Amino acid sequence: MKSKNLFVVVSLLLVVAMIAGCQPAAAPATQAPAQPPAQPPATTAKPYIPVISKGFQHQFWQAVKAGSEKAAKELNVDITFEGPETEAMVDKQVEMFQTALDKKPAAICLAAVDSKAFIPLLEKAKAAGIPVIGFDSGVDSDIPVATAATDNIAAAAAAADKMAELIGGSGEVAIIAHDQTSRTGIDRVKGFTDQIKAKYPNITIVDTQYGGGDQLKSTDIAKTVIGAHPNLKGYFGANEGSIIGVLNAAKELNMGGKLTIIGYDSGKQQKDAIRSGFQAGAITQDPIGIGYKCVEAAVKAMKGEKLDKNIDTGFKWYDKTNIDDPEIVAVLYD
Amino acid sequence: MEAKTAPRSSLLRPERIQRFLAFGGLIALIVVFSLASQYFLKPDNIGGIFLATAVNGVLALGVTFVIINGGIDLSVGTVMTFSAVMTAQFITIWQMPVPVGILAGLLTGALCGLANGLMVTKMKVPPFVATLGMLYITKGLSLVVSQLKPIYFNDTPIFNQVAMGSVLGDLARVVIGVFDPSNPMVLEPLANPTIVDPIKNIVLVFFGAAIIAAFILGKTILGRYTFAMGSNVEATRLSGVNVDRWQTAIYTLCGLFAGLAGVIIGARLNSAQPALGAGYELDAIAAAVIGGTSLSGGEGSILGTVIGAFVISVLANGLRILSVPQEWQIVVTGTILVLAVYLDRRRKK
Repeated sequence: MKSKNLFVVVSLLLVVAMIAGCQPAAAPATQAPAQPPAQPPATTAKPYIPVISKGFQHQFWQAVKAGSEKAAKELNVDITFEGPETEAMVDKQVEMFQTALDKKPAAICLAAVDSKAFIPLLEKAKAAGIPVIGFDSGVDSDIPVATAATDNIAAAAAAADKMAELIGGSGEVAIIAHDQTSRTGIDRVKGFTDQIKAKYPNITIVDTQYGGGDQLKSTDIAKTVIGAHPNLKGYFGANEGSIIGVLNAAKELNMGGKLTIIGYDSGKQQKDAIRSGFQAGAITQDPIGIGYKCVEAAVKAMKGEKLDKNIDTGFKWYDKTNIDDPEIVAVLYD
Repeated sequence: MEAKTAPRSSLLRPERIQRFLAFGGLIALIVVFSLASQYFLKPDNIGGIFLATAVNGVLALGVTFVIINGGIDLSVGTVMTFSAVMTAQFITIWQMPVPVGILAGLLTGALCGLANGLMVTKMKVPPFVATLGMLYITKGLSLVVSQLKPIYFNDTPIFNQVAMGSVLGDLARVVIGVFDPSNPMVLEPLANPTIVDPIKNIVLVFFGAAIIAAFILGKTILGRYTFAMGSNVEATRLSGVNVDRWQTAIYTLCGLFAGLAGVIIGARLNSAQPALGAGYELDAIAAAVIGGTSLSGGEGSILGTVIGAFVISVLANGLRILSVPQEWQIVVTGTILVLAVYLDRRRKK
């Protein structure tokens, strides 16, 4: 019996050792978001601003985080950055917001995963005199004193214009997006679709599908759609996971050069594909700017300064001709 | 229930009938979709269906063992991801040779499975809870090890090329005498395409794994004990079988298959994506159940599971080809799952 227990302990230790071996000792930043919100550092009198994001594990959110940390450093405030694991976890995010409120912060930055679920909590924040700054996507309320976000409808419409230009103004195109419930998913599909319908009567959108941002599922979906539409000329992917699916599918089907692929955001795989010309280009938001501007706005609101309701953080089109321009490099992430 | 105690001998054992049901269902789906769309039976689309089945199919193979044994493994999806991350860690970060990375991925899966088995047998944690815990643990570890970033295999393109090449296509070219040794594995767009090119090597890995799994379940003592423990674990224990050890072996085997799935998904996506994987366990369990594996244990087959995995991917593919809205695709999959189990129950009455 003793030897058996020993066996258990040793095997568990081995597993732990193996895992520990993979990880350089110091990586506190990556682990923080999994914890309940970190205590606001109490040592200094710096104002505390919790930043509640839609997620933390995608590269996009890591870039937003970097921007907000930059602003915190420059403006001398303390921030914590956290978000639920998936963009479907409304309840978790509500809990995070509640906890943040309880700590009586100077201001709160919020990228709501659900544009309506937060209204009661926003009322609470308002009653407590805590200004709320929206970022990335808005809420259906006028309580947030400002919202720093990309105009996704305009950005997706710009993608549609590029698509029309590149395929010569006529033919079949398809869309793949992350989901049909989030603000960004809805706006990007709508922005692209409406622009095509309004301006390019000779272009038909033959299919719009959703892959949850999951690279494997998006690959299988894109492959099926390309197979079912042999005359397909263009494919628009509305977020990073979706467009990676299109790239994989086009590669597996040897479609290089036969399909005009337009994506969204950046990431290493997409950047490589654009450099090589396999992908025509992509719309990039400015995630670092979103993070920076929301904290900056929070600091202003905290001091009682006047703010514009909508802070447009902008978007840019990039392809292989301008991917190395400094102003593009600054907003791309790996 | 004589069939339960002698599961390997009778031709009329219940899961065979279930398998016919599932197989019949699969054929029916294929016929319907072929009639509804001219693109369904194109080689590229068939290749796409095979590829879409590979990852879920390999996961489902391992899960089949655990379910027949009377347990459940909820951790296979995230163990798969963790294995992919470890493979990438070895190959890309530590710059080890590709085979070492593959081995590391398989070993990671097996170790997670071993930990599941020990939790169930030694710590007496119910399988549902033990593997649920492992789901969270591996989900977190994937993020910790990868530091939240996808890890790419860009320095080792051979990994993706071998996985996504087509040995079958090469063989066909050799047979018809147009093989170009300077361009094996279809690295470039083809001068001499063959109809079997869409059958990629990872699909062959899936079939190979299925044959090995079928052999283990049907022809080895481990397989025999899997059924015996699933039918009546106490009787098996009383007949002198070291139940704990064999159950641990079954969970380890399931973990090993999850590790293999991790290597496959890494090769196909040319990267380890740390945020992916949760939810894949449900597809794997659904494949096993549609294929006639009983969640109460003691019944099931590898062939059934393979057919179940194909039912799921053919359904998804066909509905997509017909541009059925995605929300309805999910509804249809759920309905088929319940229908399969309902027919199973009726047959048993």
